[in-house]
Formats: sequence, C-alpha cells, structure tokens
Amino acid sequence: MNAPQPSARRAIPNRHYGQWFAAFVIVVVAALLIRSVATNEAIQWSKIGSRLFLHSIIAGLYTTILLTVASMLLGVVGGIAVAVMRLSDNFVLSRLASAYIWLFRGTPILVQILIWFNLALFFPTLGFGVLSVDTNSVITPFGAALLGLALNEAAYMSEIVRGGILAVDAGQKEAAQALGMSNGRIMKRIVLPQAMRVIIPPTGNELITVLKTTSLVAVIGAGDLLTKAQSVGAVDFTKMEMLIVASIWYLLLTTLASFGQARLERHYGRSLNRDGSTGMMSRLTGFRRPSPQTAAFNTTLESAK
Amino acid sequence: MTYDTASRSHLLDVPLMVDAQAIWKSFGHLDVLRGVDLQVARGDVCCLLGPSGSGKSTILRCLNHLETVTAGEIHIDGDLVGYREHAGRLHELKPREVAAQRRDIGMVFQRFNLFPHMTAVQNVMEAPIQVLGENKEVVRERAEALLDQVGLSSRRNHFPGQLSGGQQQRVAIARALAMEPKLLLFDEPTSALDPELVGEVLDVMRRLAADGMTMVVVTHEIGFAREVGDTLAFMDEGAIVEIGNPREVLSDPKHARTKSFLAKVL
Repeated sequence: MNAPQPSARRAIPNRHYGQWFAAFVIVVVAALLIRSVATNEAIQWSKIGSRLFLHSIIAGLYTTILLTVASMLLGVVGGIAVAVMRLSDNFVLSRLASAYIWLFRGTPILVQILIWFNLALFFPTLGFGVLSVDTNSVITPFGAALLGLALNEAAYMSEIVRGGILAVDAGQKEAAQALGMSNGRIMKRIVLPQAMRVIIPPTGNELITVLKTTSLVAVIGAGDLLTKAQSVGAVDFTKMEMLIVASIWYLLLTTLASFGQARLERHYGRSLNRDGSTGMMSRLTGFRRPSPQTAAFNTTLESAK
Repeated sequence: MTYDTASRSHLLDVPLMVDAQAIWKSFGHLDVLRGVDLQVARGDVCCLLGPSGSGKSTILRCLNHLETVTAGEIHIDGDLVGYREHAGRLHELKPREVAAQRRDIGMVFQRFNLFPHMTAVQNVMEAPIQVLGENKEVVRERAEALLDQVGLSSRRNHFPGQLSGGQQQRVAIARALAMEPKLLLFDEPTSALDPELVGEVLDVMRRLAADGMTMVVVTHEIGFAREVGDTLAFMDEGAIVEIGNPREVLSDPKHARTKSFLAKVL
C-alpha cells in the first residue's frame, strides 16, 4: 500500500501528580465534614425520610413549581417585549423600557414582594367606579408573590434578550429587509430564532435563580415549599430537619432544570455545530465523539498492529 | 458629471429601470456620494467598478432604501424610492410601504447573509410565504426549481453552515429570485469566495443576464464586466467619473483616475 501513513510513534501524556494529591486531600476533608454532620445528635436523621413526602410538603412543592414556571413564562414574554421596546427606534418606548429596567432591577426583590403584598395599604380598591374591586381579593399572598417575581424577572430577562438580539449579525436583518419583510416579521422569523442560541443558556440560569428566589415569598406566607417546611418545623421542633427536607427538594429541582437546559442548548445549536458533541454530559466527562479523521487514524493504528 | 449625454443616448428610447439623479449621501461630515447620476435600462446589466471607499456599495444600498439618500431622487421602474411626492414636497414613506417597495428589488450580499437556522430550500421559501402570503406547496415547487436552476437541488435540505461559500451564494441568488424581482442588486457577490468558487457564481449571473434580468453589479471581476455588462461605471470619491460601454472603458479609459486604477488591477 502506497498511501501515506501517520507515524506510529505517540507521545506519553503528562502525568498530573498534583491533581491526584489535591483530590486526595479534598476527599479526606469532605469525609470528615460529612461524618460530623451525619453523627450530629441534634439532627434526627430518621425523620427526614418520612417528612420528604408529607402532604403539606408536596403541596408546597407544587406551589413552588407553579410560581417558578408562571413567573418565568411571564418573565420571558415580558422580557422579550421590554427588550424589543428598548431597541425600538421609537424613543418613547425605548425610554419607557429603560425606566422599567432601572426600577425593577434597582430595588431588592424582597422589597418588591412586600410592596405588592401590602398594596391594599395605599390602594384599598383597584379600578374605578362600579368596576372597582377590593384589593385584597386580587392580591392574595400567591398573587403578590407571582406579581413580584414576574415583574422583576421580566426586567432581568429583557437584558438577556437584548444581548441575544444584538448578537445576531446585522446582515441578517438587512437580508430580510431586502426581501421586503416587515420589522415585526424580521424580529419573529429571523432575529429572535437566532438570538435564542445566545438567550437560552443564561435563561436556564435564570430559571434556577427564580426557582430558588421563590423561597423569599415565605415572608408573606405564600404557601411555597419553604413556607410549608418552616411551618411543619415550627410545630414539633424539627427546624433543621425540615430545612434539610426543603434543600433536598430544591436540589432535585435545580438538577432537573440543568438537564433540561443542556437539552435546549443542544437543540438550538443544531444548525451551527456539525458533530453535535458538545452536550452537557460530554462537557462534564470531557468525552468527545472522535472526528472522522481521528477515527480513521485509530483504525490505521489498529491495523498496523 | 463628466460624461456627455451622447454616451447614454441609447437609453433614451427604452424604459429606465433605474433612474438615480444627483444622489448625495453623507454620514456626518463625510460625503460618501457626491451627486451620482445613474441610469440603467430595463434588461441591462450595469457594473460598478472602483477602489474601495468610492461609494459603489452605498449607491447600491440607496437603490433599495437600505440607506436613505441625503439629497437626490431615485426612481425604480418609475416609482420614487422611499418617498411620496405630495403638493411639491417629499414625505417619508411608512416602514410598511418601504418594505412593499423592496419586494421586487432583489439583493445579493458579499457575505451571502443566508438565514443560518433554515435549510437552503427554507431560505428560498421564506419571503414568498411570509411577505407575499403565497401557498406553501406552490412556493416549495418554485423554490426547488430555482435551486435546480442554480445547480443545488441535491443540497436543498442542507443548512448554510454545511455548504461552501459558492453554494451559499447560489442559494442566496435563488432566494432573491423567489420573489420574482424586476431588478437584482449584487454587492460584490464573489469577493468573499475562494478563487476556485468564483466561477460557479458568475455562471449563474451570466445566465440571469442572458435571460434578460436587469442587474446592477458592484464587482471587481473585470472579465465579467467586460463580457456581460451593458454599461460600466467607474466610481471614485463618491462620483461616477466615467461611464459607457465596458469594452471601450476598459480598453480606452478617458479619465486619469480610471487609467491608473485599471493599470493596477489588469
């Protein structure tokens, strides 16, 4: 065979002794820490397993998920609207959007939730004339929590969406304009779908942040996971146990959310990465599907033996 | 203007597709176009040649109102571009009306600007469906025929990222043709291509010209301009310094600036 052959001489990889030593030290320290918590007599470990699935905990879990999903959906829709306004040539809209972002990002979310919850203090009724309703019938603890989270999230999402829109090559808009497409259609059909690739990863982070931020609504007793866990814990002096129960559920939910995010990223990267091997698991494990060249090289090595 | 009316006398008895008069374009204090007159007869191919920064691309982008002119008027097929004349004054058109004007002016870009999230055939189908509201199946048939015409029917389901530069540019031409334009604008269509891929794009353009498409082509391909062009305009510093039959301009340039430019590129 006259085809050129790659050389069979291969270099010996570097040995990272330092890494192995560091890993050993960390494992020992972690084991000591875990032992001191696990054998701590102030925590009744036996209670945690049974409390994980208490009726009220499951109900709280449901409320937390509902709050997260609803405020995230409203946040994304609102965020797209605010971002498009912010980038609009119409200076009234653009200033309005800037003011909104300034206000809702500039004040703590906890304060915003408390303001919505106490809205009845300055507006006892909403609406006017015969159409007015009692504020407290609209702004329930859940309503105030949703309003606070969604409006705050829309401000954060709008900055993420704006970044995504600006990341799309200007030539894309020009090409669509040259075809006679209207601005609305260009945004919907050409710009936003491409911006998604940039928008999705930070949105996954936002989802996880919102999921954890929902625990703040425990201050207004909105019936979420933390509210329920604390109220169970307050009754029979299992405060720490119930906080661990809540943490286990939060961890489970955030882990699921990270996996969902990795799938979405893969989906939106579809047309742009050719071998599709940059998923979350491959990034975690450092595994790459071999490129055709590497595969051919390996086959050659095999047959050379 | 430095060219006499005699050189464009052949335009007088045919309807003009492009009629740009005294076009000025300024970006801040920088005058990119300084009184450009450009007439292109229906069915003609007009090539714009000149050093970079001479305003070739800018005049092209003014023709479909991607740039607004600072002064002057452009008529495409008799319609004033970007403005409405009312009681002797010009009024800006609404964005919707500008978009409607662009429907039958196709444009092909140096960097292709295909939509990367759509396959080749979806790129071609997008505007007829979204802008003209045409039936999807009818458009699909036309799109496939167009891709076949540019020699890419086997690549119709590929994404732009999976195509070579020459293939992408041919898809971009098919995308422009799908709107059945009366005028095609080419902005350095082969400048971003590897030398071996230039030919396939020029072939497609040559066939379009032979079919009678009116084209304005900004290009550095002297051979193409000589062979396919009906007129050649040489631009420098925001003005057309010489215009006429490509063979005459190329073999016997009158203006000193044209001479020195051609001496460098030929």
